[in-house]
Amino acid sequence: MLLTPTTAILETDHLSREVAGVRIVDNVTVTVPTGRVLVVVGPSGAGKSSFLRLLNRLDEPTSGAVWFEGHDYRQIPPRELRRRVGMVTQTAYLFPGTLADNLRFGPLQHGIELPARTIDALLTEVGLEGRSREDVAHLSGGEAQRVSLARALANEPAVLLLDEPTSSLDAEAKDEIEKLILGVVRRKQFTCVMVSHDLSQAARVADQIMVMNKGRVTKIGAVSEVINAEGVLQ
Amino acid sequence: MLKEFFNNQLTLGCAQAAVAALLALAVMLLARQRKIHLERETIVALIRGIVQITAVGSILVLLLRGPAWTGIFLLAAMIGAAARISADRAKGLPHSFHVSLYAIAAGAGSVIALMSWVGVIDMRITSLIPIGSMLIANAMNTNSLVLNRFRSEVESHTGLIETGLALGADAKQTVAPYVQSSVQAGLIPAIDSLRSLGIVWIPGLMAGMLLSGASPIYAAIYQFVTISMIFSSSGLTSLICSLMIRSSVFSPAEQLALRPGVTAAGIRHNS
Repeated sequence: MLLTPTTAILETDHLSREVAGVRIVDNVTVTVPTGRVLVVVGPSGAGKSSFLRLLNRLDEPTSGAVWFEGHDYRQIPPRELRRRVGMVTQTAYLFPGTLADNLRFGPLQHGIELPARTIDALLTEVGLEGRSREDVAHLSGGEAQRVSLARALANEPAVLLLDEPTSSLDAEAKDEIEKLILGVVRRKQFTCVMVSHDLSQAARVADQIMVMNKGRVTKIGAVSEVINAEGVLQ
Repeated sequence: MLKEFFNNQLTLGCAQAAVAALLALAVMLLARQRKIHLERETIVALIRGIVQITAVGSILVLLLRGPAWTGIFLLAAMIGAAARISADRAKGLPHSFHVSLYAIAAGAGSVIALMSWVGVIDMRITSLIPIGSMLIANAMNTNSLVLNRFRSEVESHTGLIETGLALGADAKQTVAPYVQSSVQAGLIPAIDSLRSLGIVWIPGLMAGMLLSGASPIYAAIYQFVTISMIFSSSGLTSLICSLMIRSSVFSPAEQLALRPGVTAAGIRHNS
């Protein structure tokens, strides 16, 4: 089940997580090559988000290993690992305050005061130029998700985990955010692992698709190998 | 009215207890009408309360005749029981018994020890036990409130806490606002007791001192002393509790151990 290109930034090796006797992630071995987008699809309850949470160690694997930049990630301090493996969640949880406060948060945890010009550049990147002093309480769902993406980027991660970042948005905002994410990912050559319910979205965004069901990987490969011309799983 | 029917003190006490319990049951039924179900908890608490206080009363009769050092064991047992009761209020919160035990022991225990050493609390067992129990009971209430509030705060802010963790924040820092609000909420009863002393509330200890012939001014001053000690022990308990709980909800790898999104089967709703 290994992906084809050679330079791997993130690898999992028989990764499993068991909670209360149930294997919610079961024996997943996958390699995510540098600069590629792996989209994880599958029905509700398949273990997609649970798998993603293991990659930045928000949850602890029961067995197996995760290798980040060639190191067993348990050897890396969790806070440093999470800075390097950024995450954008389905709901944009923003801290009370301004957009700038939210963008400063991550770097501040590591003693870095983000300069105003970097904040402006990040906000421009996500289409919110000139709004750094605005209170997050006044943002729409789509705008909040843009801030969430910019905040993750402020940490300069090497890998970006996206947990259904458009599923809680309306159709218009969903399209905008998807284009924005795709643009940022392609422009910056980000390595990305994205969870999606939407097969057509997966086909648009992915270099590789991994199908999960009941915690296990049932199929993995290039888009054309996993989804047929009608947009249905093969 | 009851005194007309019961001449014996023991039977009168039983009758008074029955009437008081009936009133509590009536309140419970009133709550039930409003679909607030307290039946089981109220009945268990009433039965438990009468059994416990009668048993303690019987033991006290024996202890009060014994040497002062036996009081230390009784106070230690009270602290253990208080920690158990308090931990039950925070089901699902990891290590809640140990947190409660250390917090109440250090909070109430240190105030009892210091005040006894200085001479504010009389070392005689007849004084040490009632005052010590007041401090422990109030520390327990504060501890329960802090634990309960903290659990609710963490459960309702899981998204923000995990967002902080995912951005590389120190785990303790991600729950700091909720620790602060829990301590403030936990201390409300102790602060209100101090504020309302003498105006809204003339506690039992003062009434007891007056009945036993103490000077009203001294009884009043000593009541202030007691309420101040209650505030100190509750405050210390809540501070120690807050220091311990902020790390108790995280694993060594700084993962949030208390998440409402996990069902009994351990499966996240959004997976």
